[in-house]
Amino acid sequence: MDFNALFGDLGGHTLDGLTKGSVYALVALGYTMVYGVLRLINFAHSEVFMVGTWTVLGVYTVLGADDTSGMGMVIFATLAALVAAVVASASVALAVERIAYKPLRKKNAPPLIFLITAIGCSLVLVEIFGHVLRFFFGPPFGRAPVNVPSPIQTVVLLDVGGVRITNVQVFIVVGAILMMVALDQFVNKSRLGRGVRAVAQDADTAALMGVNQDRVIMLVFVLGGAMAGVAALLYTIAFDLTKFDIGFIIGIKAFTAAVLGGIGNLRGALVGGLLLGIVEVYASTVFNSSWADVTAFIVLVLVLMFKPTGLLGESLGKARA
Amino acid sequence: MSEQTLESGAHVAGSSGDALLVVDDVTLRFGGVVALNEVAFEIRRGEILGLIGPNGAGKTTCFNVMTGVYTPTSGEIRFDGDRVSGVKPHRINAMGIARTFQNIRLFPEMTAMENVMVGADARHKTSVMGTLFRLYRVKAKEHELPDNPLKRSLAKVFGISRHTLEERAGRQKSMEMLRFVGIADRAHELARNLPYGYQRRLEIARALATEPKLLCLDEPAAGFNPAEKADLMNLIRKIRDKGQTVLLIEHDMKLVMGVTDRLVVLEFGQKIAEGLPEEVARNPKVIAAYLGEPDDAAQA
Repeated sequence: MDFNALFGDLGGHTLDGLTKGSVYALVALGYTMVYGVLRLINFAHSEVFMVGTWTVLGVYTVLGADDTSGMGMVIFATLAALVAAVVASASVALAVERIAYKPLRKKNAPPLIFLITAIGCSLVLVEIFGHVLRFFFGPPFGRAPVNVPSPIQTVVLLDVGGVRITNVQVFIVVGAILMMVALDQFVNKSRLGRGVRAVAQDADTAALMGVNQDRVIMLVFVLGGAMAGVAALLYTIAFDLTKFDIGFIIGIKAFTAAVLGGIGNLRGALVGGLLLGIVEVYASTVFNSSWADVTAFIVLVLVLMFKPTGLLGESLGKARA
Repeated sequence: MSEQTLESGAHVAGSSGDALLVVDDVTLRFGGVVALNEVAFEIRRGEILGLIGPNGAGKTTCFNVMTGVYTPTSGEIRFDGDRVSGVKPHRINAMGIARTFQNIRLFPEMTAMENVMVGADARHKTSVMGTLFRLYRVKAKEHELPDNPLKRSLAKVFGISRHTLEERAGRQKSMEMLRFVGIADRAHELARNLPYGYQRRLEIARALATEPKLLCLDEPAAGFNPAEKADLMNLIRKIRDKGQTVLLIEHDMKLVMGVTDRLVVLEFGQKIAEGLPEEVARNPKVIAAYLGEPDDAAQA
């Protein structure tokens, strides 16, 4: 145990935790929104994120962007990757809903069937990238980790009493929080958001009041997918890699973050994600990095023991945290 | 065909031919249980029709069939000439049928205003993309321009998005509805914090906001005291005077007799009587099934 390492650079570690947590939080939104409306844990969501990271890699490769690119190229490549990842992730999320879940809903399938289907979708998507695409196109597809070039060079922007804040950290944390605020405003203020909350609170009544339930369901999958796409870009900027099963551990962490904050609660996803990120970084500093996951789940167990509905309580309908 | 003509000829004797909703020999079975057995009646445009019957007679079930919650086993419901059976609930709402619930079903974590706006939203035209990106712009009229000078000049150049205008219109309409039912003073409180009487009236406001041709009220007076019931009777008449047709399910005989134009009586899933309130109150079958002792009936 090395508390000196933690307190020696508490600010720096906290910043690292926030960076990691931002990605968790963005992915957690997808779990939380789908759960809020359908009471379904969409395990395929982790692969929606994975597809996003591959899309970012694809855009960089096509544009030829890497760490030697000029400023104009960096900005263009990042924006292009953002748009492409958002579109790709949202499309995959929507496709999973249309192809896998909607037919089940029409038949009034029991919840367990949805869960198994979700796991099945997840495996199919993983194997498409780990096997099928490799079969047709060869590397980089396959089971090995792939380096994603990072056009954005890490620069220290500020040095506050020894805590060095880099442009990448600012980009990720600010980007994630901006997306969260936008989504929160959308759900709380717009007509479609009202429809989402109405369906989350009482789906049958909402339908009788003229809310198109099917459209609301598509909307939450698309919005959740789009957030995962943003998360995918931010993740590749911070960690420079992707892999066919990269969604697995991130997905579990994001799901944990959603439960920690209160699943179904948008602001809970933010709180849960950031908290989880910080706890993980602290734990891997005090002990060593293999303790990161263990500590994350210990925190989850503790919170659920004393507050089973999560820190901010469940409910998408109740968007006032 | 001849059989059908005979049947319908029998039960719509004296019909004005101006039926808004027709319940045409509807049967609904749940497994072996017959919830509705060849029920047939019609609701005429502009009337207040009462649907009464003892507990378990099938009133609410009948309601649910009419609003698309259940699909009839046989027979059909026609609204304004179109089949209702098998149409999705939100499409039925769009056709012009709205309802309230016997056990209050508001959106508890939304304000009263937001509850009504969900109803008003049903009549909006902006698409999902239009709401997300606000690209459909309308040239702004002078009074529609925002007060903030920067936003004002932007709106002058680019116009105002249709979403913004519809949102504003929906807000105004919702406020009007809240005023109409008399609960505008607590528009911005969460629905779950409102007193019981307010919640009941909020359900009516939310249903009215969808601009229905037919408003179905499922025991709206349940739990009301006599003064509140009198208010409610006035409200129901005001709704009819606006040109909307009302279907009223109610236990309270005094209320039903005082406000409805015609009555349909159900018992054990079958229609046992139909007619003017005074006629129905004198009908021996109805008295036996529902009103109990003849003395009570005379009083009602």
